[in-house]
Amino acid sequence: MKKFTLEEFLELLKKYNVEEIEGVKIEGDLEIELEGSSVDLSAIAPLYSMLSEFGNFLYHANMALGYLQRLSAALGIPTPFAAQPQLAPAAPAAPEAAPAVEELKLPTELVKAKFEPYKEEYPSKIEEVVLGATKADGGSRDYTITLGGERSLAFYTFDAPQPHLPAIAIDVFDRKPMLAKAVRVHYEDVLDNPAEWARKCVKKFGADLVTLHLISTDPLLDDTPASEAVKVLEDVLQAVKCPIIVGGSGNKEKDPEVLEKAAEVAEGERIMLASATLDMDWERIANAAKKYGHVVLSWTQMDINNQKTLNRYLLKRVGMPRDSIVMDPTTAALGYGLDYAFTNMERIRISGLKGDTDLNFPMSSGTTNAWGAREAWMIDSPIEEDTPWGPRELRGPIWEIITGLTLSLAGVDLFMMMHPVAVAVLKEVFNTLGGNVKESVADPGEWIFMEV
Amino acid sequence: MKVKSPLEVYNYLPRTNCGECGFDTCMSFAAHIIDRSVTPLDCKPLVEEAKKDPKAKKKLEELLELTAPEIAEVVIGVGDNAVKIGGEEVLHRHELTFFNPTGFFYDVWDTMDDKALEERCERVVSYKKFYVGNFLTLDGFAVRCTSGDPKRYREVVKKVASYGKPMILVALDPECMKAALEEVADQRPLMYAATEGNWKEFLKMALEYKVPVTLRAKDLDVLKSMAVTFKQAGVKDIVLDPVTEPLGEGLKGTFERVIQLRRTAIAGQDKDVAYPIMITPIAAWLIEGDEVTKSYWEAVIASMFIVKYGDVMIFRSLDQHVVMPTITLRFNIYTDPRTPVQVEPGLRAINDPGPDDPVFITTNFALTYYTVESDLTSGGIKGWLLVLNTEGLGVEVSVAGGQFTASKVKELIEETKIEEKVNHRYLVIPGLAARLQGAIEDETGWKVLVGPMDSGRIKGWLEKNWPPKE
Repeated sequence: MKKFTLEEFLELLKKYNVEEIEGVKIEGDLEIELEGSSVDLSAIAPLYSMLSEFGNFLYHANMALGYLQRLSAALGIPTPFAAQPQLAPAAPAAPEAAPAVEELKLPTELVKAKFEPYKEEYPSKIEEVVLGATKADGGSRDYTITLGGERSLAFYTFDAPQPHLPAIAIDVFDRKPMLAKAVRVHYEDVLDNPAEWARKCVKKFGADLVTLHLISTDPLLDDTPASEAVKVLEDVLQAVKCPIIVGGSGNKEKDPEVLEKAAEVAEGERIMLASATLDMDWERIANAAKKYGHVVLSWTQMDINNQKTLNRYLLKRVGMPRDSIVMDPTTAALGYGLDYAFTNMERIRISGLKGDTDLNFPMSSGTTNAWGAREAWMIDSPIEEDTPWGPRELRGPIWEIITGLTLSLAGVDLFMMMHPVAVAVLKEVFNTLGGNVKESVADPGEWIFMEV
Repeated sequence: MKVKSPLEVYNYLPRTNCGECGFDTCMSFAAHIIDRSVTPLDCKPLVEEAKKDPKAKKKLEELLELTAPEIAEVVIGVGDNAVKIGGEEVLHRHELTFFNPTGFFYDVWDTMDDKALEERCERVVSYKKFYVGNFLTLDGFAVRCTSGDPKRYREVVKKVASYGKPMILVALDPECMKAALEEVADQRPLMYAATEGNWKEFLKMALEYKVPVTLRAKDLDVLKSMAVTFKQAGVKDIVLDPVTEPLGEGLKGTFERVIQLRRTAIAGQDKDVAYPIMITPIAAWLIEGDEVTKSYWEAVIASMFIVKYGDVMIFRSLDQHVVMPTITLRFNIYTDPRTPVQVEPGLRAINDPGPDDPVFITTNFALTYYTVESDLTSGGIKGWLLVLNTEGLGVEVSVAGGQFTASKVKELIEETKIEEKVNHRYLVIPGLAARLQGAIEDETGWKVLVGPMDSGRIKGWLEKNWPPKE
């Protein structure tokens, strides 16, 4: 096709002596304008004949011709030719060629389209881990809790059913811990009695499990001997009939001894030992779990590769059964590294679903960490320019809720929490996304008009 | 983005390595197009050539098409305050990053009295929350037409526009919408919303006023049909609202619709639904319960969809227990995971300190650093702040992980020559690093004081502990 510019076209018009057409002005790149309201038909006619002749290669001419036709139609002037000039073959596929007038022709019906959702299937599945043992299995728990079993991302029940919703454990300490005021007020009456504390968590606050932290064993605190510390565990096992998690103080030297002793006294109850880490004697802790039929929590510091390494040690060197490992990839609070925690967990979960057998274990989160965020507990902002922070009684629980909610979407199966309101709201979220809440709002569009 | 490798982009570039873009080679520039830190329009020779040569223009257009984001990008508002939404490439942030943070819009309505309206607008505009060295702010207003009166609506929209923030116009009645557009179309507001009932009039207005439009339908076949219809008629700036149902099965359904839309757009390459997604947490105010219940649930809905693909949101609550967690979560989720959030290690002088003022130490994790730095600065505390290279880890994690050690503290003291700047040898360490107290004293010969667990309490701590009594 021959290239043709507007300049050349204007040259042509001159050549054919039509530049004198009165009242018609060709302007810019695409527009032809007519001055005045009366149009001299005789002026249009020569244009037509000229354009027809050169129609073969005329892109701009085609535009001009179309314009003239529409113009004649609009002004009620019959076109000087009976047949429409056939310029179509010459019209290139340039999008600019679509005349402006057609844009105003609006559709009267919706173009029917079908939405075909993209399907995602993962080849693997997350291990199922049972916590607690009932009488039938040699324990004394009233019920067990199963974690894991997912074949899709969290709550993507349209991809695959999710056999178990996340569970919530509430923290109990064997010695008064440092607690934010908003949390402390709920436990004030039981702080000196771990067994009562555990009972309150289950009876009043609806905990699925209880985590007993034996922090008094810390050599820097009371240095309680392991054999004495585990008496509290026995009390708690008596006081409540839910599955139990036992934690140490975090002291690298002492924890293996404490957890080993705990494994021994809780034989048959299938508790979870929290935790084995790379920088302590994980072998001793995992061996204790294996020997007495418990579950071990494999805890690493926000590093997917370390998580793989530790899991592999537990599997290969200790020979932990695959149904007895839960991972804690570390929880950072909203605003304090939650993005790292979220992405680390999401990557671990996707790897597990894609078939990485070092990573397809259920995950646990120390959601109570949310209370470390100053937004959760501080009376107001230390930054002067900040908009006032509002009552901290309301900020604290929501900080724990949003930290937990975010990580639940990354795939966490077990939440260790503290504030009763946070526990209740998060349960409601899991039940909602798990399909257990039937009620709905009749007209979700009412907010558009509602007056307040 | 259709292309994945810099090589595919490179072929479209001038390949002269002229360096005008700021990169040494065209290949390097191509790599930055792929990671989206630049666009083809940042190559001056390419743009200049396209102005002269239609063939070059076509090539540039092709390249722009190839490097366009998977999800269309829509701009609401004009000028410095304009908000960009959509433009996303991936389903999970670790695969690249999320790009345009969810737009936060707060509702006002046209049956509010003037005083209440002004107060509410003022709250939105003046909102500030310090975080990682900056202040987080809110994006704009969603002006709801509750009067049903085009004249009143136009009036209120005009008033709200005077605050200079981007707007979403919420009115299903075409007459009201038209009245508002007559007033503020040049501010590029987002229309909310075209539905199965009113789409014809809204389509006409989208074309006539050249403003972005939200399409609202719970049935995804209908939503897609509307998107196709609008696109074919020439509307480019489309936002999809699959209807936020606030409760129970409805909310579960919303979760499914939103994920299906985004996943089908990106993984399923369905361009007809590759638009930004609208979520309306304000719908939480339709549930039964007291104000706290409703506002908590509003925060829950918003958070769910900040994590999962919500590109723009309409909120009711301006209470801090809703705004603070959601605005913080938005920042976290939209932080680029490719760039470590670290600051330069070294020594910072806070508030022009002298030789008698205290010496503090913290980590080079940006969040820790800015928190401590701003607490000291805004608390009017004079002091020296040592910033230790912990490879971008916070205090607790780096103490546990061995990036915060006594020997590294010693090195930092030597490198910064802090001993020449102060006439004492007292170092205040974070409460969370208490266990390093002895080791640092042995290693450095300085006396180590264990500071509070949170730097917000340094001021009170100093009143009791500084100058040290001995």
